[in-house]
Amino acid sequence: MTSTIDTAAGELAGLSATTLLRFATAGSVDDGKSTLVGRLLHDSKSVLADQLEAVEHASRSRGAEGPDLALLTDGLRAEREQGITIDVAYRYFATPRRRFILADTPGHVQYTRNMVTGASTADLAVVLVDARNGVIEQTRRHAAVAALLRVPHVVLAVNKMDLVGYEETVFARIAEEFTAYAGELGVPEITAIPISALAGDNVVEPSSNMDWYGGPTVLEHLETVPVSHDLTSCHARLPVQYVIRPQTAEHPDYRGYAGQIAAGAFRVGESVTVLPSGRTSKVAGIDLLGKPVDVAWTPQSVTVLLEDDIDVSRGDLIVPSSDTPSTSQDIAATVCHVADTPLVVGQRVLLKHTTRTVKAIVKQIPSRLTLDDLSQHPNPGQLVANDIGRVLVRTAEPLALDAYADSRRTGSFLLIDPADGTTLAAGMAGEAFAKAEDAHGAPADDEGWDF
Amino acid sequence: MTTAASVHDGTGNSGDAEGSPASDSPYALSHLDALESEAVHIFREVAGEFERPVILFSGGKDSIVMLHLALKAFAPAPVPFALLHVDTGHNFPEVIDYRDRVVAEHGLRLHVASVQDYIDRGVLRERPDGTRNPLQTLPLTEKIQAERFDAVFGGGRRDEEKARAKERVFSLRDEFSQWDPRRQRPELWQLYNGRHAPGEHVRVFPLSNWTELDVWQYIARESIALPEIYFAHERDVFKRSGMWLTAGDWGGPKDGEHVERRLVRYRTVGDMSCTGAVDSDATTLAAVISEIAASRLTERGATRADDKLSEAAMEDRKREGYF
Repeated sequence: MTSTIDTAAGELAGLSATTLLRFATAGSVDDGKSTLVGRLLHDSKSVLADQLEAVEHASRSRGAEGPDLALLTDGLRAEREQGITIDVAYRYFATPRRRFILADTPGHVQYTRNMVTGASTADLAVVLVDARNGVIEQTRRHAAVAALLRVPHVVLAVNKMDLVGYEETVFARIAEEFTAYAGELGVPEITAIPISALAGDNVVEPSSNMDWYGGPTVLEHLETVPVSHDLTSCHARLPVQYVIRPQTAEHPDYRGYAGQIAAGAFRVGESVTVLPSGRTSKVAGIDLLGKPVDVAWTPQSVTVLLEDDIDVSRGDLIVPSSDTPSTSQDIAATVCHVADTPLVVGQRVLLKHTTRTVKAIVKQIPSRLTLDDLSQHPNPGQLVANDIGRVLVRTAEPLALDAYADSRRTGSFLLIDPADGTTLAAGMAGEAFAKAEDAHGAPADDEGWDF
Repeated sequence: MTTAASVHDGTGNSGDAEGSPASDSPYALSHLDALESEAVHIFREVAGEFERPVILFSGGKDSIVMLHLALKAFAPAPVPFALLHVDTGHNFPEVIDYRDRVVAEHGLRLHVASVQDYIDRGVLRERPDGTRNPLQTLPLTEKIQAERFDAVFGGGRRDEEKARAKERVFSLRDEFSQWDPRRQRPELWQLYNGRHAPGEHVRVFPLSNWTELDVWQYIARESIALPEIYFAHERDVFKRSGMWLTAGDWGGPKDGEHVERRLVRYRTVGDMSCTGAVDSDATTLAAVISEIAASRLTERGATRADDKLSEAAMEDRKREGYF
């Protein structure tokens, strides 16, 4: 989608001062998700004439009365033929206040992995329910995924209010039930909005049919929700991606450690420790893409210069000496299995954490989780596509993982098939939900791997 | 390789409090800073994980922005990648001049895969409509195989077209360079999985999350020079399929098509035979940005014949190994 921005021509300064919000949608075709997304794009004037013309043409050829906004988000031929969405699609739109990246994820049961994928980078998730059906199993699943992936803001969009007479009591009951459920899972912030995506109520324009609702429209909320928070309380983490050594006449001794700050902030003069070696030094300089700065923070890509010539390479983690994570070869985590072949106990895998990839073995799969009711199934033996479960993984080298609850970037990892490179599972270190769980048993022998 | 590229001194706000909406902390980045940081992260990830990366460079605005980001990602060291240009033989001369100047300025290595060469050898045949864009796929994929490139950066953006909306940042291609939308790996967080078997390669799209307007705003912020054809100029053009095409030896005008001299500019730069100009009097970056912000057409809708071939044209070309 190419965006249009309704500002007076040439207000470049105004345009460049917008922030970026990444959000995800969860809900099924039946809930009107495509219509909601189409409505957001259409009413924020992000749909351009040629796209609308294509939609009108396609709608007419299918015998539809007016333009079917859901067709705006139609992707590949297989999907058009089958009327389904097979993958995450990314959509782009903007208002004068903010730029948006929308991860549009299908809501069917077999597509948990797509929702997990979309939610993994989202600052906000929109969970859609049909006002006539209220909170159903699928809604609870969506809430659980948002909670599991630690999406900071959740919007409950109660859709099809026009089909329940725009009744406040219907909305209030659903909002209350959802808020109680998602709150229990530890979702930090929930905003419920009554809408009709089809008629346009409270999506972009405030609804005249629901005077009883005094809150923001969906778009207003998206425009104003905070996208960053105070970083002073976060652990600072810089995974080293690449060592920059020009070795030229102009820069004979330059040695910079390039990476994207994964969490928190770093300052020049700060004492730092490099993991896993444990060597220490001080930050001599921070180069912010050609500009020296005194302080830099997530998610800025920087190059850090250290005072001492110590051995640092890709895969290392630079942290403040006053706040070092513990390193371990035993990782307890929740994973979402995303591959078509099962994940089994004893499987040899590669584990990618930040910029470091190490060999690992799946030691145990203590439980599988049913998202509908959060029930645990002990020792399932394997996880299949779209399963969410607890795993214990033993790695060949120590890793400095944070709890995913504390840091999404340094608490997440991938499990990869060493044979063909397939991404097998998406992992989140530490406890799954805000509720405490029992720790699981100690790992068994290393089965002949040289750890 | 010469030394450090001349990295423009970005004058955009780098997250200092200026211009941040009141609802955000002083740590909020502007959208351009966030996109820039993400793209740099992608370039460095590839440099750290691949043996022989190459940047597809067409001399169009997206590949120019890609190169600029790569220069910033590795400064003060040189860019550790070569450039690859798929030359259709129908390029605008201004674009080829620009390409050669950039290569010389930054001491880069340029590989060229030539469509004309394939036609001369009889391997490829000219299409009746004269367009050579679909003919680029074979020279591109054979060059990738011959040079054993294992990561190929492309300037594709997800906002361009609906098949691209489903594209990954790291997009795995088999030994035939084919893209299978059902076989793409889920891509989570900022953890990119670039593992591949010998003979396979990964297409990497650092501008995945940028829109046309973002690209132009960034060009303005960073004062990046562009080929002149992106700005309004007088040109001999003729109308075909509702687009203003440049008259030339490549195949136009034909019977019934009339050349006229018009004030035009290009929103996208591809093959002369399928890239249309738009009427415009925008001679500066600010004027171009205002024009785009007010436009009611997408850049491809306004200017690209190659996407109009069929409802699934891009999807089909991507499957075969196109950019």
